[in-house]
Amino acid sequence: MSALSQTAAKGPIYLDNQATTPTDPRIVDAMLPYFTEKFGNPHSGGHSFGWEAADAIEAARQKVATLIGAEAREIVFTSGATESNNLAIKGLARFNKSRGDHLITTKIEHKCVLESFHRLEHEGFRVTYMDVSPDGLIDLQDLSAAIEDKTLLVSVIGVHNEVGVIQPLSEIGEICRARGVYFHTDCAQATGKIELNVETMKIDLLSISGHKMYGPMGIGALYVRRRPRVRLEPLFDGGGQERGFRAGTLPTPLCVGLGEAAELARIGLAEEAGRIEAQRNMMIELLRSQLPDVHINGTMDARVAGNLNLMFPGISGDDLVSCLKGLAISTGSACTSATVEPSYVLKAMGLNEADAGASVRVGIGRFTTDDEVRTACELIVNEVLKLQNTAGRSSSVSAA
Amino acid sequence: MNDTVYLDHNATTTPRPAAIAAVSSALSLTGNASSVHRNGRLARRAVEDARDQVAALVGVDANDVLFTGGGTEANNLALNGALVNQRLISAIEHPSGLQATETFKSVGVNANGQVDLAELDQLLNQSEGSVLVSVMLANNETGVIQPVADVTNVAKSHGALVHCDAIQGAGKIPVNMAELGVDLLSLSAHKLGGPQGVGALIVKPGIDLQAQLRGGGQEQRKRAGTENVAGIAGFGAAATAARVELDAMAGISDMRNRLIDGVRKFASTRIYGETSPRLPNTVCLSMPGVSAETQLMAFDLAGVCVSAGSACSSGKVEPSHVLAAMGVDDDEALSAIRVSLGWNSVASDVERFVEVWGSIFAKAGAGSNRALVG
Repeated sequence: MSALSQTAAKGPIYLDNQATTPTDPRIVDAMLPYFTEKFGNPHSGGHSFGWEAADAIEAARQKVATLIGAEAREIVFTSGATESNNLAIKGLARFNKSRGDHLITTKIEHKCVLESFHRLEHEGFRVTYMDVSPDGLIDLQDLSAAIEDKTLLVSVIGVHNEVGVIQPLSEIGEICRARGVYFHTDCAQATGKIELNVETMKIDLLSISGHKMYGPMGIGALYVRRRPRVRLEPLFDGGGQERGFRAGTLPTPLCVGLGEAAELARIGLAEEAGRIEAQRNMMIELLRSQLPDVHINGTMDARVAGNLNLMFPGISGDDLVSCLKGLAISTGSACTSATVEPSYVLKAMGLNEADAGASVRVGIGRFTTDDEVRTACELIVNEVLKLQNTAGRSSSVSAA
Repeated sequence: MNDTVYLDHNATTTPRPAAIAAVSSALSLTGNASSVHRNGRLARRAVEDARDQVAALVGVDANDVLFTGGGTEANNLALNGALVNQRLISAIEHPSGLQATETFKSVGVNANGQVDLAELDQLLNQSEGSVLVSVMLANNETGVIQPVADVTNVAKSHGALVHCDAIQGAGKIPVNMAELGVDLLSLSAHKLGGPQGVGALIVKPGIDLQAQLRGGGQEQRKRAGTENVAGIAGFGAAATAARVELDAMAGISDMRNRLIDGVRKFASTRIYGETSPRLPNTVCLSMPGVSAETQLMAFDLAGVCVSAGSACSSGKVEPSHVLAAMGVDDDEALSAIRVSLGWNSVASDVERFVEVWGSIFAKAGAGSNRALVG
């Protein structure tokens, strides 16, 4: 088949943009000088190499801040969204433990958020893990009901990494502000993909990842509100960098890369989301025309443009992913992709074990072409039909 | 800034060409190292190749290497993650060691800048429960190399664990984890010619550690977060280059010694830790009668980059805690600067430094006319 031979020559089509995005060449170009001739330690206050690096970092900080409607000094650079989430959740709870012992999150958070809450449970905090609807959305009345006098923090993922569902951030922020509770949102998948504004959405803490928005790996940021001031206990200590929130030499080229990623995302956001959404809709049509029983997990009404989470009844998602040599897709979060268990997220949305296991995630991104989408659909349809035939035969054999 | 003389390599060193090439090529890989598809496996291979390279630098098995977001994080993971009741930390550790944990006892150093083994033994005698001892391989400000193997012998006789911050030592002197006998060892990429934002903690097999960053199961569940593939690849390439060029680095001491001789033609400056074994590239020296702040400004105007101690605290003008621990009084400590050469330093850098040092001293130093009049 032409499609197959074409992809074999070029390597797989990359449709796993929620695991990581390719680094935009413009961002690589912006970073490279800071790996080479502008290599100074940004904390060296005594010479021009240090100042040059520090200036580049502050410019990048401003770009990150602008993307989410924050001030530059509210941005703390970290090594990535995992660290941002750990710092936001554990840092806030530990600093404020004299004021309360209750925390609220959802059952569908990324592992690093859930693990942070598990750690806090060990330290004596109580945690409410909210259910979500079959659409993947939290219920705002449930949230209001869950908040108590002793509640310190609500943490809700902005855009979901597996199902792409966008939570009602403004409404959550409204409730939290009215009840005097801090609001953190893991926006690793949301930043640069949907419009975010920490002021209008009343967000106190917001986690950002570089490599999910075409920037480099190994860099992220945490927005920490200054008015009213949000205080955190640092995760690690040292030279007092990042206003005491986060010690360690800042990696200048990575900070520059994150800044550039933020700026490019901001400038192109509306156009890019529109184009990607059109590709996604084309994919849905192409798949449905051949595979009428395909089901999309999670609401289509509030969903990031690049994500599809598809359930093909009767097959194994793991088999589909491994058989599709010409296509890079996944069954869920990369962090847990070594495990064979079906997604806890899909189960929390009410899918049974079999349906959760029959689901795959497709992530369309900045560099995906229409041709790639068409080829990918062709490959998926062929493979699903093969797997469904095999499954059909073996079930009729076992029935006989 | 080609005409600038950069002599602050202990703050950060010039990235090595091999590291830049590795970073650039890994940046063009698209793949999360935990993904199971081909892109993911290519990213994983880059990470594991680099793990081998870093392991080779310090003579350990690749499985013992945990990548972190930098040296500070590695030190914090070691000091807070080790399952012990008490921590004994040398008084001259980097702030990332000294401030990692709130409860610890400090172990003093002698006037030559080396940790006091008798005091360590005494503190271990008084300790109850499990203990972690943390002593750096080489001090970032004075370059003094610590008797880590002796520290380990003392610590092991009390059943204590040992952590070694080898961030300034690795790549400048040979490091072998087994010879040092330590249980935990911290490394930073950008101090040996790799990129900023990546480090490693070497964990001896069988040592249990509680993760500080929690999330996905990366790095044997000891350090969550998507692996910084390009940074790690750059670290690996830098580790190999540094290992291969250890002899050349040892030769830098000649240049460093010429610098000291040159300066001493102008004044009898004090070299801190002079009688101790030191890193080949580092010298911490005073300029009698001239504050470090004045020196730094004058050096910068002359296009020479040096620092007053650690870059992390270089915004402050407090006297160095390292020199204070060595018994240097505050006034004198405030006249000390650190000069650190690097893998790409050349003889003319040293000549320029000496020349500028001499002219600053002549204008502002204890020997100048103004000082005599004042």
